[in-house]
Amino acid sequence: MLGEGILKGMVETARNFFGSYRSRERLVTVQYPEERLPMKENARNFPFLVYDGVDAEKGLRCVACKICEKECPPQCIYIILERDEKGKPQKHPKVFDIDLSVCMSCQICVEVCPFDAIKMDTEFELSCADRFGGLLVHKPQLAKSNEYYHQLHPADAEEVDARLAAEKAKAEAKAKAAVAPSTAKPPSVPRPTPAK
Amino acid sequence: MATTIDQVFVNLKLWAVGLFPAAWQPLVSALLSIIAIIGVFATLFAITTILERKGLGRIQNRYGPNRVGPCGILQPMADGIKAIIKEDVVPRSADKLVHFLAPVVLVAPVFLVYSVLPVGRNMTPLDLDAGVLFFFAIGATTELAVFMAGWASHNKYSLLGAMRAIAQMISYEVPLLLSTVPVIMAVGSLSTVRIVAAQTGYVGWLPRWFVFTPWGLAGFILFVIAATAESNRSPFDLPEGESEIIAGYFIEYSGFKFALFFLGEYLGLFAVSGLAITLFLGGWSAPLSFLTWIPSWVWFFAKLLAMIGAFIWVRGTVPRLRMDQLMNFAWKFMLPMALINILAVAVWRYLPAGFWRWPACAGVVWLPYLALGRGLAGSKRVTKRVYRYAA
Ligand code: SF4
Ligand code: SF4
Repeated sequence: MLGEGILKGMVETARNFFGSYRSRERLVTVQYPEERLPMKENARNFPFLVYDGVDAEKGLRCVACKICEKECPPQCIYIILERDEKGKPQKHPKVFDIDLSVCMSCQICVEVCPFDAIKMDTEFELSCADRFGGLLVHKPQLAKSNEYYHQLHPADAEEVDARLAAEKAKAEAKAKAAVAPSTAKPPSVPRPTPAK
Repeated sequence: MATTIDQVFVNLKLWAVGLFPAAWQPLVSALLSIIAIIGVFATLFAITTILERKGLGRIQNRYGPNRVGPCGILQPMADGIKAIIKEDVVPRSADKLVHFLAPVVLVAPVFLVYSVLPVGRNMTPLDLDAGVLFFFAIGATTELAVFMAGWASHNKYSLLGAMRAIAQMISYEVPLLLSTVPVIMAVGSLSTVRIVAAQTGYVGWLPRWFVFTPWGLAGFILFVIAATAESNRSPFDLPEGESEIIAGYFIEYSGFKFALFFLGEYLGLFAVSGLAITLFLGGWSAPLSFLTWIPSWVWFFAKLLAMIGAFIWVRGTVPRLRMDQLMNFAWKFMLPMALINILAVAVWRYLPAGFWRWPACAGVVWLPYLALGRGLAGSKRVTKRVYRYAA
């Protein structure tokens, strides 16, 4: 009969209407500023720079190689290399700016960085009244400690730390080998490729 | 005491008018009515927006607005302030004059039609002999405003929306008018005051509203469906169709003009609801004979709020129609049913009063309803889709 389905639907919506006053479980809304859902482990928003130790300036892992600057699709990273008085590059950024109003959270800068110096943050409450200056963040704001990174993404941070430690150990071993060449094995000669 | 409260606004107006010299009195009387209408129905608009947002929220298991003021009841004020202080953008290619006039042309006639609605005993601002006719004549100008808005904006979506609106409104104007004919036939008058007066009596303690007769119930349902379509409300909101043509005819409006469109839409809804109450739900008369001590205007607005609640409920339930379904429904169902309903009231009128005219009249309405309903459903039987080319 015509109109039967509409009546059934009306009963259903009425049940929703009154049910939502009776049981709070029906309400799916999270009352955001007061209530929050826990962040997902792999949540990401905007990049930040990791530093080791306590001094944000000295501990910065970034060596200003500018790979991320080149790779960033919307070109929102701006880096100036630090040089000493003689103009020798210092493996340290003098300026490191990211324009968050342009960044599209693609994480490419993180993927390409060979030094694990840049990682993704989860901070999203960044609204401000100044849409030009307010979202252009500079090196001091970007630098966050390794502990902070551990809090955000524990599993990733563990893995990065292990890898960095392994690389460091390897580099030290190499350095030792270079200091005492007599004890080290002679460099192996590359084998000739077998003819077909 | 009861009559004092019932007539308090009438007496207040008489007293206020009496303060002026006799030559001014008609003008002052008209002005007071206008102020009252604008004040009351604009307030009702504010209340309805919050009710609608809250109600729809609950229907969808959400809270609805709950931030501004306690439980969000100040939300309409926030919305109003926002609408007023927003930038008013007029497209460069728009026809500036028509673009400006459209919202005005929409809202002004809607206020006019309230003048014939009896909102209480002796509370009809303008008791015309052809009140219902006046209502429809003025109400039909909204179509002009809608098309003005759509055309002047010089935007393809707005023009599409306006075309849809015109097609829909003109199609549903016919059943809307025809569904009121039975009441006019039964009462023998076009005057809204006489129509309400014909429904004020009681049988035992039950009211003699027209909605409690078979033809009245059918007429009421037809009228409400057509009224929903006339006021562009879901499920007949094709002219706006946010998901299809963004906002339809008022896409190029912003700020206060946008708010005026909303105002006009809701005021139109209140006006047709008011007319439905007048024609079928006994106007300002109390639903049970022992409740007559409650002032008549309270009853009118209670019924109006109930109607608005029902409209919100329908909006929260039924999805939007497709254009062909809309037209099929208007011409293949609404129009024949409205015509048959006129036949039904004739049966009712000429059969002797008694038990037998109830089943006779109900049968005249019910059987075509079943047949037409089957016809509408039969034309689009759902079958399993056969894929001929894909494996
Ligand atoms: S963040 Fe990484 S990729 Fe970018 S400049 Fe620093 S070291 Fe190079
Ligand atoms: S996340 Fe993407 S867009 Fe943002 S700074 Fe990194 S590379 Fe650029």
